Parts: sequence; C-alpha cells; structure tokens
Amino acid sequence: MLKTKDILSGNKLAGARLIRFIEDNDPCAFKLLKELYPYSGNAFIIGITGPPGAGKSTLIDGLILEFRKYGKKVAVIAVDPTSPVSGGAILGDRLRMQRHAADDGVFIRSMASRGQAGGLSRATKDTALVFDAMGYDIIIIETVGAGQAEFEIAGLAHSIGVVSIPGTGDGIQAIKAGILETCDIFIVNKCDRPDADAKVLSLKMMLGMRKPDKTGWTPRIVKTIAPDGTGVKELADTFLSHFEFMEQNSSINEKRKELELLYFQSLLKDLTLEKILLFIKESKDFKAAAGKIKSRRMDPLTAAEKIVNKICVF
Amino acid sequence: METKNKIRVLIAKPGLDGHDKGAKIVALALRDAGMEVIYSGLHQTLDQIIQTAIQEAVDVIGLSIMSGAHLPISEKLISMMKEKGIDDIRLTVGGVIPHQDIPGLKKMGVAKVFPGGTSFDDIISGMNSLFE
Repeated sequence: MLKTKDILSGNKLAGARLIRFIEDNDPCAFKLLKELYPYSGNAFIIGITGPPGAGKSTLIDGLILEFRKYGKKVAVIAVDPTSPVSGGAILGDRLRMQRHAADDGVFIRSMASRGQAGGLSRATKDTALVFDAMGYDIIIIETVGAGQAEFEIAGLAHSIGVVSIPGTGDGIQAIKAGILETCDIFIVNKCDRPDADAKVLSLKMMLGMRKPDKTGWTPRIVKTIAPDGTGVKELADTFLSHFEFMEQNSSINEKRKELELLYFQSLLKDLTLEKILLFIKESKDFKAAAGKIKSRRMDPLTAAEKIVNKICVF
Repeated sequence: METKNKIRVLIAKPGLDGHDKGAKIVALALRDAGMEVIYSGLHQTLDQIIQTAIQEAVDVIGLSIMSGAHLPISEKLISMMKEKGIDDIRLTVGGVIPHQDIPGLKKMGVAKVFPGGTSFDDIISGMNSLFE
C-alpha cells in the first residue's frame, strides 16, 4: 500500500510505483496526487526538445553531472514514442544516462508516449508533480524527438532548450512558427561538425528579428559537443541563470500560475471526456445509432450530432 | 485510451561481455508484442540494474548473460532484490545458458530461462504467462 509520507520522504520505490499507477491510469494515483500537491511547486522544470538523434539524452547526461556538482537533486522524465502498430515501446534514452543510475540524488524515469499527440501527456505533468513533492530541485523533461509542433512542452516547463545540429535548416526554417518561438535556450550540439557557425548565425539572425519575450529574457545560444562535455557546463549555468532571472523579476511566479491553470484545463478536458464518453457508450442511443450507421440508415455525422445535442442541453 | 496491464521489462546486460545484439533483438521482439522495454545497455553493475528496476517500476528484469557467470550473477541479484523489497519483480535469464543449469536457476527463484535458440514466440508467451 503506497503512503504519501513515503513519497514525501523521497523513497524511490514508493515514488516509482506511484508513477506506474499514473501511467496505468489507476484511480489510486489521483488520490495520492491530491495529497502530494500542497508539497509541490518548488522544483525548477527544464524541457529539452529537438529532432531524433540531435543528442538530447547525451546532453541531459552531461547536465545531470553539472547540476550534481552544485549539489542539486535531479530527476529526469525521458519520453520515447509508443509504436502505433503494437502499442509497445523501446525506451532507450536512459542508456545514455546510466552512469547516474545508482546516484542517490538522481531519479531517471523513462516513459512511453502511449499515443498522446506531441509525445507528452498528462502523465508527464503528474510525474513532474511527484518528483517535485519528493524534493528534486531540478526536473528535466526530454520530449520524443520532434521539435516544430512540440508546443506541449511549453505547458510543462519553466525553461525550454531546443537542440539543433549543424547542417540542418536554413534561415527560413529558423523563422517558421513552432517551438522556436517559445524557446529560451538554443543549443547547437555536435559543434565539431562543419557549418556549426552558420547554424549559430542563422539562429542569431532569427533572434534579432524576434520580439522580446514577455518576461524580459533574451534567449541564449549555447554551442555544445555532448559526448566530450564541451559547453555542457555553460549550458547548465545558462539554465540556472534563466531560473535566477525569473526569480529576480518574479516572472517565475507568473509562469507557475500559468502552468497550474493549464494543468487544471487539461484535467477538466480529460475528466469530462472520460465521464461523458463512458456515459454515452453505455446509453441505448449509442447502440441504436451504431446499428443505424452499420446498416447505412444514418450517417455518422448526424448520429454524433444528435447524441451530443441530446446530452448537452445547455 | 487502453493503457492498463502493459508489461514493462528491463533488459540489462550485467558484467563484462560486450555482445548486445541478442539483447537488442529480444527487446525489439518484446516491443512488437506490445511491451514497454527499457534498454539499459552494456556493462551494468548489479547495483545499477537494481536501481534501474526500482526507478522504472518494471514488472520483469530480463538479464542477457553470455559470460558463463549466470549462476552467481542471478543468485546475487535475487538476494539484492529481496534486500531492496523488489522481489515481486520477476527475473528472467537468457543468453548462453547450458541446459543442465536451468533447474538450478529456477530453484534460486529465476522465473523463466530462455537459453540461446529459444524462439521469439516462446519468449513472448513465456513472459506473458508470468502475468496470467
């Protein structure tokens, strides 16, 4: 039986089992999360996104090392894609971070995207809450290798780093809409490759054209070579200075409030949908409509509209 | 969304042997059978394996061992699992395992043994049978 006090005291086994309940959508998770919530709200949450193979996991491995040197406790949520064919997944991000596996102050959790758009789900947010309540100072969320459409990370993290690599994308790619608009720190990894400076230049030009962020933060560009650690200390320091910046001008409070409201909205959406869909699927109307659709006596559009209009009387 | 009862498996290679092609192929077969597979790579210490199993809240630890040290490794790991209170996680062992060692492994608490040559279907049904 899981106890809130075990999780609050930082017991990894208890924390891990709660996260499993969250992933499996077990009702007991909801109750425990409610009890943990008052103890959350202290962690600094970093989001790392970028295309597959850009070096996100290896960079995070280096970041863990640097943050640990400052005595920070670090938790990582590494999301990898669920196979749309089998529903299974290979979770291989932690392979790059395995040297930290037995460190008491580090908790690495792999997570399959389980079919959620954007690769991040409410489970990620709930898991971050668990780590926060367990007393981790820094939580790093690694998204599935995506990038452009990965807005969801903006609803989860206080600071966002986008990893790119030299030789990809020209100036137009850099000004397209997407995650680049909400990015706080641009990471150009694999900087030992040719065209690294050209990549940095195109990002600089894009930043020059961009309107200042509402918190007053000027996005930074950091060059790294993840496997040998080049630039990784600077990257860790840049994340910490972003956090300090937001604390000093209190924008972190605004950001936290904003994220809590987003969490509330996503919960509302999920819970409403779950309840209403269950109700509909058990109704006579649903079965009748399904029968009519199968025999082509009614079109699916009319059927869906009719059922929803009947339930939503407001 | 169907998320319940998905089997989570940690595939780990303890010790010094450096061949993980087999472990990777098995990981892929388990993925294709709808399981979530955490692959932790080569040269894992038993402590790393235990910590990973805890943090990842897996249902099964699958060891791939080709070094011939499957008996002492499994025995040590099982005692560590008991010590940490995670002996509800099932342990399976695959790799180069002589048939005469299988009863010994089972006796110490290994749930399934998949020696080289076991078909994917047998590995998958063996894994699934642990949770029926």
